[in-house]
Amino acid sequence: MTNNSTQGLGGRSESEASYNQSQQDWWRYFTFNKDHKVIGVQYLTTAFAFFLIGGVLAMLIRAELITPASDLFDRPLYNALFTLHGTIMIFLWIIPSTVGMSNFLVPLMIGADDMAFPLLNAISFWMVPPAGLLLISSFLLPNGPAQAGWWSYPPLSLQVPPGVINGQFLWILSVLILGVSSILGAVNFVTTIVRMRAPGMTFFRMPIFVWTVLSAQLLQLFFLPSLTGGLLLLLADLTIGTNFFKPFEGGSPVLYQHMFWFYSHPTVYVWVLPAFGIFSEIIPAFSRNPLFGYRSVAVASIGLAVVSATVWAHHMFASGTPKWVRILFMFTSEVAAIPTGVKVFAWTATVWKSRLHLDTPMLFALGGVVMFMIGGITGVMQGAMPFDLHVNNTHFIVAHFHYIVYNTITVAIYGGLYFWYPKVTGRMYNEGWGKLHFWLTFIGANLTFFPIFIVGLQGMVRRVSSYDPQYQGWNIIASLGAFLLGVSVLPFLANFIGSWLYGPQAPNNPWHATGLEWTTTSPPPRENFEQTPTVTLAPYSYGQPDYSTVDSSDREAIERHGK
Amino acid sequence: MLRILEYILLTIGVAIIVAISYWIGQQAYSWMPVAASTDAKQIDDLFSFLVWMSGIIFLGVVGMIGYSILTCRAPKGDYREGHPMRGNWKIEAAWTITPVLLVLWIVGYSFYIYEKMEVAGPTQLLGDLNVPLGAEPAYAQAPSHNTPAPELIPQTIEVTAKQWVWAFRYPQQNITSNELHLPVNRRAHLVLRSQDVLHGFYVPEFRIKQDIIPNRAIDFQFIPNRVGKYRLQDSQFSGAYFAVMQADVYVDTPEAYAQWLTHAVSQKPIPVSNQAAAEHEQPPKRLFKTNWYTVLPAQSTDVNYASRTLPQASVENPMIVSEESKE
Repeated sequence: MTNNSTQGLGGRSESEASYNQSQQDWWRYFTFNKDHKVIGVQYLTTAFAFFLIGGVLAMLIRAELITPASDLFDRPLYNALFTLHGTIMIFLWIIPSTVGMSNFLVPLMIGADDMAFPLLNAISFWMVPPAGLLLISSFLLPNGPAQAGWWSYPPLSLQVPPGVINGQFLWILSVLILGVSSILGAVNFVTTIVRMRAPGMTFFRMPIFVWTVLSAQLLQLFFLPSLTGGLLLLLADLTIGTNFFKPFEGGSPVLYQHMFWFYSHPTVYVWVLPAFGIFSEIIPAFSRNPLFGYRSVAVASIGLAVVSATVWAHHMFASGTPKWVRILFMFTSEVAAIPTGVKVFAWTATVWKSRLHLDTPMLFALGGVVMFMIGGITGVMQGAMPFDLHVNNTHFIVAHFHYIVYNTITVAIYGGLYFWYPKVTGRMYNEGWGKLHFWLTFIGANLTFFPIFIVGLQGMVRRVSSYDPQYQGWNIIASLGAFLLGVSVLPFLANFIGSWLYGPQAPNNPWHATGLEWTTTSPPPRENFEQTPTVTLAPYSYGQPDYSTVDSSDREAIERHGK
Repeated sequence: MLRILEYILLTIGVAIIVAISYWIGQQAYSWMPVAASTDAKQIDDLFSFLVWMSGIIFLGVVGMIGYSILTCRAPKGDYREGHPMRGNWKIEAAWTITPVLLVLWIVGYSFYIYEKMEVAGPTQLLGDLNVPLGAEPAYAQAPSHNTPAPELIPQTIEVTAKQWVWAFRYPQQNITSNELHLPVNRRAHLVLRSQDVLHGFYVPEFRIKQDIIPNRAIDFQFIPNRVGKYRLQDSQFSGAYFAVMQADVYVDTPEAYAQWLTHAVSQKPIPVSNQAAAEHEQPPKRLFKTNWYTVLPAQSTDVNYASRTLPQASVENPMIVSEESKE
């Protein structure tokens, strides 16, 4: 895919020019800008700010759970903490951060000069910060924020203090706004990928990251309307006295569960697919092998999206579902393991007999894959419905999905941030600080979330603010791990901020990676490419010295590369 | 020759992984709480099997990645390429078919376990969904020549959940209680109801769980098979005092069960308090207090038989507990 004839044409002077320009233009990150690269960075930094807030809430929750008694926060406050922790992490960290990364990368990876609808792109982004602030501002309400969990199951979510403005109301409003933003974004991504590919960029020459973004955004497009509809009905029940979900007035609370999970299970794949895409970019680059079984990984991405549409009721195995539903959804849920397995095996085979480099992005990618194994395997266990009847709504589930959302997705996002940092900023980050960050994260994440499996198996129910003293030991370890994860953010922030200001200038292709984004300057010019690139090669052309991926503007690297 | 050696080593590696995983799978039984129902045995078997299968996949993949990390490192700055192989349809077919078979095996085995549980255990929706309060299942009313002792007739126990207290009613004896007594090795037939929001019936030692949906009566059955005292925990988040919505569950010998029934029948219904109400009245010391709105906990319930393990656990006589909490 790397087009050697055009690579490096820009040369160093060009990159210096754009680097100087970006220094002068740092203010553009705070403006209504239509450049997909600016919007990508805006999404990422906004999401990371919310990630820090959500992380503080997580540490407060873990602080309460150090002791069995409810002795730190009163119970309504505790309930508000975990409700907002979940909501912020999902709707204001994972979704916007993967969207931000996709925003920056997709046009570059397919050889486009921008997204299909730049104005719509900017509008989608600018809906996020107000929605997030609206949600967090609910802490200032006289009766506090929503306290019904991020599912907001009625009728509990309808038990609100008197008055129109309450935490639940603001919660629904802000999630609705974020949902609209996501739907607009999905329209934009799907159109961009289908219509804006450079000449020669056939579907089966697209990097896996683009495949996963396409799959994820198609899911958003098809399924988010279900959540939006469910939330609108909930809002009507809450404010104008309708009875859609009120069991004693003829409504059905289980209907809400279906509408909620009909979106909220596929959405897990909206989050995890880009993470798989990031793994698929990083692992070949640092093993110097082509991605093993590229086509099957690409097809598995779409396959996973299709299968994920048919599994939602596995969240409701204990919800009074009839037997045939339980068995049908057990089957469909376990089928999801097949395309997932294909991907894991492909990454493993790529690393096998390779020439491995363990730079920070690769550490995060391999660490993410290993921890994803645990998250995936325990997912298969829960899919086995009789076992789920025991662990459903226990801490086992909490551990499982944190192994997915933190130990896989967040770790993948970190890996991606390190991998593309030189491209985004034009600077190199500090490798030592990066490795420190990885080890703190890897140790902290396992320390936090593995003990939670154990107390879950033993029957500790999730969302409790006090618990039986027999579970205390593992809870102390989990809490210490959570605080370690809090500390792990510090070297990351220091590294990224410090390197952006003072880091050495990055070459165009520091990793000697394939992919169109590495053929342009770091950071890329406003229009991304000097001239629209023509793609002549399959992706991941590693392992072929004649299609050298070495940055031709980096003389030292050419000398090191050998023949 | 080298090829054969490679295959032999690979086979040995796989055998070791399978053996270690099997051993871990056997350990899995001890990670669970005590098994106190017939379903618990089935679910523990299933879990052990799942751990075994998972162990093989996990150790296999992590072993390969670990081996690569140990043996395939390139020196720093040496960006020479690896191999150009982009795939191998045989290998790819193999690793697609393997998970397919594995999934079919897991689903098949889970189905088999579930069927076994169906015979013994939790069939919800077995009876009429809308059994009116106090109605008896037909089989209990059917005249029979060799009627078992009355206390052993499979009887329906009505379980009512409301924020944040459990109430149990034995309609045949007209007993109400705040603790659940079940005879060992007899099928427990519960009818679960909620008066407000979603709740969940969960006793970890029984391994099974059922959500309770307001305005519906959900049949729930299992066979407790180990005498002892257990703890019922609400498993579906139900608001402010969710964590303390618990009740004691006793699995009694037939004699102890009969004794308890006769004792309970002789008691007059009295109001008793519960932990949520007690905590609401007198909040414990906490670092951060908000006084945010909550639904008021159910104040007291009229029961014949009051559990002795209320917050004021030191009090011997349940009557006194109720007098105190009545105010």
